[in-house]
Amino acid sequence: MSFFRNVATDFRRNKVLYILCIPILAWYAIFCYAPMVGVVMAFQNFNPVKGISGSPWVGFKHFVDFFTGNYAWRVIRNTFVISFYDLIFNFPAPIIFALLLNEVKNKYYKKVVQTISYMPYFISMVVMCGIIVDFTKSGGLISSIVAMLTGTEARNLLGDASCYRAIYIGTNIWQGVGYGSIIYLAALSSVDQELYEAATIDGAGRWKQTLHITLPGISSTIIIMLIMKMGMMLAVGSEKTLLLYSPATYETADVISTLVYRKGFEDYNYGFSTAVGLFNSVVNTTFLLITNWLSRKYSETSLF
Amino acid sequence: MAMVEKKGPARIAFLIFNYILMGVIALICFMPIWHVIMASVSDPGLVDAYSGLIVWPLGEPSLYGYGYITGYKNIWVGYGNTIFYVIAQCLITGTLTVLAGYLLSRKRFRYRNILTGIITFTMLFHGGTIPTYMVIRKLGLLNTRWAMLLPMALMVFYIIIMRTSIASIPDSLEESARIDGAGEFTIVFKIILPLCKATFAVIILFVAVAKWNEWFPALLYLDDEKLYPLQMFMREILIQQTDIQSSSDAMENLAIYKLLAKYCAIVAATLPILCVYPFVQKYFVSGVMIGSVKG
Repeated sequence: MSFFRNVATDFRRNKVLYILCIPILAWYAIFCYAPMVGVVMAFQNFNPVKGISGSPWVGFKHFVDFFTGNYAWRVIRNTFVISFYDLIFNFPAPIIFALLLNEVKNKYYKKVVQTISYMPYFISMVVMCGIIVDFTKSGGLISSIVAMLTGTEARNLLGDASCYRAIYIGTNIWQGVGYGSIIYLAALSSVDQELYEAATIDGAGRWKQTLHITLPGISSTIIIMLIMKMGMMLAVGSEKTLLLYSPATYETADVISTLVYRKGFEDYNYGFSTAVGLFNSVVNTTFLLITNWLSRKYSETSLF
Repeated sequence: MAMVEKKGPARIAFLIFNYILMGVIALICFMPIWHVIMASVSDPGLVDAYSGLIVWPLGEPSLYGYGYITGYKNIWVGYGNTIFYVIAQCLITGTLTVLAGYLLSRKRFRYRNILTGIITFTMLFHGGTIPTYMVIRKLGLLNTRWAMLLPMALMVFYIIIMRTSIASIPDSLEESARIDGAGEFTIVFKIILPLCKATFAVIILFVAVAKWNEWFPALLYLDDEKLYPLQMFMREILIQQTDIQSSSDAMENLAIYKLLAKYCAIVAATLPILCVYPFVQKYFVSGVMIGSVKG
């Protein structure tokens, strides 16, 4: 009983804290944990009118349907390939940009370049995709340049399945390189300057200094960013894909999250859609945990 | 102490190359935006046929396009809704984030580790689109303004940076206020908040910009066009290529204004962000930095 008396005393003393706790807990219960319970819909032929308790259970039917269906291979492949390209091209871009910008010693020039490079990050996804659609339509700016360089006729690049990924990744870099570099520039500025002086005295050139001082100096930042990136590896932006893809480019553009959207909100196949979403979430979480574990094991840097 | 460094020819060549490269990258980031702005004030008849980069208005600079879109009712509906959503979301998220940050930073709150665990677990795993939609449907929030505000009310990241900021305030301040008879809410909003206003401002800026640009929840949760934020109308215009039907007298010129009006709509939707951008960008930089310090 002393436990309850203890809690009662604490409650009386910190009543307001307990009251403050209610809206926070309620919000998390409703908007985060209730949907987690809701994933049981993945094992049902869910009918929103009947609810979870009234809908018939179907076991792993939706998962079997997904993996044996026509689209599983396409969306899983696309999700992995786009994530992989994004990792190879989009992850190092801000690091390289920060390293090069760090070599610019003129303060004003550096500031101007920095400020301008963040700008695309603040443009809304819809507007950015609108600009992409406009630039890549036949006769648009980028289409015309590509047509000029390759000597072919200008065409709608976004409607071409073979160009879609290049456009997707390229514009990701365009939008994120400046903003992504902020954190690396800060890490660079905290590298001990005396190390460079010592290295110069020892006769190390610029390249050697970068390799042996600068990169190790910002490596923990790089690793943290990499873990976070890996955790979101398969969360290929459904928003951007939904805005840019079309049936003509489904073959290279359709990803897991857009399939979830179409199955749920266009076909109203809620159970199936939840099952596919659950698969995506589980893979994502696994990726995050594995990367975190690997990183803790080999570099002593980890998120948690 | 500036170091005297000998610059070899390779180093000089690199520096020149690097300065040029940085300039080119800045230009690439800037030109698409500039192109759209310049196109929007160009001569309506010339824009459609031109396929190059528009560095300067084509033909006689004009504001016809802007006149045309002011007659487009949905732009105004969208503007009004978006402004409402931005203000309401800042109020809701601001209040709840401060309270959560305060709660989690109190050592006398004995469940703070459990609560932190409950909150951070949601970063690791989430229910997914459909189950969240079903919860919102069950609550009767579909097709109401609440559906645009409540599901995004709290973000783990903001709570953590708020907690870190509040935790750095010495406890003695709170104690002395309490002795003076201040209640818990007075302490939070009159004493703690003013001391964390830099962090708070950063969070509000993040929330406001994200809200201004948000469209996806509207696609999922709203049917009624009267509730649509601006970005949903932008999607109709830019992605679904819906024609901008203006009530202005230029109606018969729809064909000419089609493209021009699109550029004008882009500028109209982005201008508020670009206007505040020079002032807020340094806060964003500090926001990224606060966030990078492990909570």
